[in-house]
Amino acid sequence: MALSSISVLALIAFFIFEEGLPLMWKVGLQSFLLGDRWFPSKGSFGIFPMIVGSFWVTLGALVVGVPLGLACAIFLCELTSPKVGMVLRPMIQLLAAIPSVIYGFWGLIVLVPLIRNHLGGPGLSILAGSFVLGIMILPTIISISEDSLRALPRIYKEGALSLGATHWQTIWRVLLPAARSGIVASIILGMGRALGETMAMIMILGNAAQMPHSILNSARTLTTNIGIEMGYASGNHRAALFATGVVLFFIIMGLNSLALVISRKGRA
Amino acid sequence: MTPTRATLRILSLALCLSQILLPGCHRKQGGVSVVGSTSVQPFAEALAEEFMVGHSTEKIFIQGGGSTAGIQAVFTGAAQVGMSSRKLEENEKALIAVPIIYDAIAVIVHRTNFLDSLSMDQVREIYAGRITRWKEVGGTDRAITVVTREEGSGTRETFQNLVMGKKEEISLGALVQDSNGAIRQVVADDPNAIGFISLGLVNERVKALKLDGTEPTVENVRAHRYQIVRPFLFVFKAPPQGIAKEFLEYVLSPKGQKLLMQEGLVSMDQNLPSEARK
Amino acid sequence: MKISRHFTQEIARVVIGVAAFSTLAVMFWILYQVLREGLPLLHLSFFVEPPREMGRAGGISSTIIGTLALTVVAIVIATPLGVGTAIFLREYTRESRISRVIRFGTDCLAGVPSIIFGLFGFVFFVIFLGMGWSILSGGLTLAAMILPTIICTAEEAIKSIPYSFREVSYGLGGTRWQTIRRVVLPNAFPGILTGVLLGVGRSVGETAAVILTAGSSFLMPDSIFSPIRTMAVHFYILAREGISMEMAYATGAGLIILILIINTVANWLLFRYVHRG
Repeated sequence: MALSSISVLALIAFFIFEEGLPLMWKVGLQSFLLGDRWFPSKGSFGIFPMIVGSFWVTLGALVVGVPLGLACAIFLCELTSPKVGMVLRPMIQLLAAIPSVIYGFWGLIVLVPLIRNHLGGPGLSILAGSFVLGIMILPTIISISEDSLRALPRIYKEGALSLGATHWQTIWRVLLPAARSGIVASIILGMGRALGETMAMIMILGNAAQMPHSILNSARTLTTNIGIEMGYASGNHRAALFATGVVLFFIIMGLNSLALVISRKGRA
Repeated sequence: MTPTRATLRILSLALCLSQILLPGCHRKQGGVSVVGSTSVQPFAEALAEEFMVGHSTEKIFIQGGGSTAGIQAVFTGAAQVGMSSRKLEENEKALIAVPIIYDAIAVIVHRTNFLDSLSMDQVREIYAGRITRWKEVGGTDRAITVVTREEGSGTRETFQNLVMGKKEEISLGALVQDSNGAIRQVVADDPNAIGFISLGLVNERVKALKLDGTEPTVENVRAHRYQIVRPFLFVFKAPPQGIAKEFLEYVLSPKGQKLLMQEGLVSMDQNLPSEARK
Repeated sequence: MKISRHFTQEIARVVIGVAAFSTLAVMFWILYQVLREGLPLLHLSFFVEPPREMGRAGGISSTIIGTLALTVVAIVIATPLGVGTAIFLREYTRESRISRVIRFGTDCLAGVPSIIFGLFGFVFFVIFLGMGWSILSGGLTLAAMILPTIICTAEEAIKSIPYSFREVSYGLGGTRWQTIRRVVLPNAFPGILTGVLLGVGRSVGETAAVILTAGSSFLMPDSIFSPIRTMAVHFYILAREGISMEMAYATGAGLIILILIINTVANWLLFRYVHRG
């Protein structure tokens, strides 16, 4: 019974690999990962544009989510009274539980027209995706960073203050660096969440299978590639989607292991 | 109770449960599963709703997933009826395909788009990515937002075969949406967009263009003047029995056909009068 | 001009305050928008009527049932497995290779994106085991997704029970299993329940994996072998197809309220638990 989680993981890995790997061998690892033409009906299976798409959208999400998230974490931890914190914290948890399709919907109704009318392009773009994704990973970054900050021994803060540092100097030069490992872990987890998001991205990225040249371009991520074509695919096409899944699997596993290693080092 | 006895108890319970669940794993539900094309889906759902009013004990479960997925599902037995918005391929010819109605594909643009009509060549060039600004076809100097369906869609394949032709491909820079309704949404919202959807789905939020001067209407389709047409198919593994057969008969009956025609689809049966669109 | 540290501090305070405030404001504004459009449309008939005309009319009753059914199946499967794993890790073993491997597996599973679960569920439950698109396939897939959450929270709950409780039981002559059943589990119950509720929250909001395994038919299900549509999936389909904006908003509002209720209950339980302990 206890080995269930391992067995489930193994099952998942097995089936995904079984469907996807043969195609990767057939097409050739290099041309699969680095080919820039995704045209399944003609037999081209290059997923490089999707890798780039995932990269940009995730990066954008971090650009939006990390500074704002840290700001909120600092705000909650240091700049407000505990009572306010007690009210705000459950509310942030609530935001984390909101389904991604709702955020995607908002992005579609509000953000996309805004971008199209004021910045150009079709509106369905990397910019829209990054913004919405950034909002979606905020609760993760906020709660974990805040926990790391609060877990610091009080002596750090008291010591710095007693040496004459201002509150802000204490935060900036002492507390944040000390909580660094937890904060980095939260960022990596946020990254993992961003990479894995599918539904909201299908709604607002536009899903063009091309190399994006600007953040106003439409793009496709590894996840949306699977999501948008899964229903219709068969044979080689389907295998290629599973192969995309394999790549995604590895990337996320790598990221998660990294997060674990960093957070364990920090705790030790 | 020692742990070992507890474990034994749990194991035996699990065994019992699996005896109940696993044999039943292969399709124990009553009713008919109709799976496949998202183009056909809304119409199949409307038909099923009407059908179940008259046959309240039968259940028809309609599911999307795409033409190819539907055909696959019929092959593997996961579904009794497949919906397809494209003709069967060579390797699918072992299945039985019954056309239930025909559907034209209309090229649509935003309500405020100055254009009323385009030539097939122009549409092809736009979708191939060679014409990129509306100015080139007589409009303002804005970039064209090209929208298409995803690979594997029956609608896309029909568009590819009948508009693009054998040698041209749809540009990789085109936006991709996974259903006709989604394309309609994008075109309705973006003044610079162009897309293609099922004629039956065109509403007042978008404008359907004339192609080579011919307007996409039911009359023009029946008269073979508008040629971008594809059959909606119900696909079966073997001649249908039971509820599936009754449903098929309902769909092909005058009542069923009338419902479909009211939704903007086209019957090629010259005996049936063409219905005015609602 | 040298900027004094106090000036920097004030600037920092303002910047952080504004950033934090605006961030939270935007997030809540998103919810507010959906609720504002959707709440007025939520009358009783909405909840008890099934969708009609592809979702243009009617209500969402079948999707509510669908959401409930999927969640129940997922919880029923994941909770015993999860709690069992947690008990095994905490009560029956020391820190050893086995426990490290299990923990690693659990952590990894927690990070797998939902679309991969969807692919897996499709290939394994729908096709390989022949269950087709059904509540069962969907429920099993969801169970796999929430398993790590339950294991984690159950473990925390069990870990936090002071050893003295167990000592009392052993002192009175109880066996290990008796101790677990009568002492550890009852005390860990609120914590475990929180984990279960978190899992419920996740199941309710999940879309990608559900579409691929439970299908999207919006009829009232017959049995656990019927396909169903959950509220989240219904919302997604309505929003994408532009079938009816009002219905989309209303479904969205319903979804948010459901999540609100679940979270509030979870927090209230947590509060009580902390108070007791």
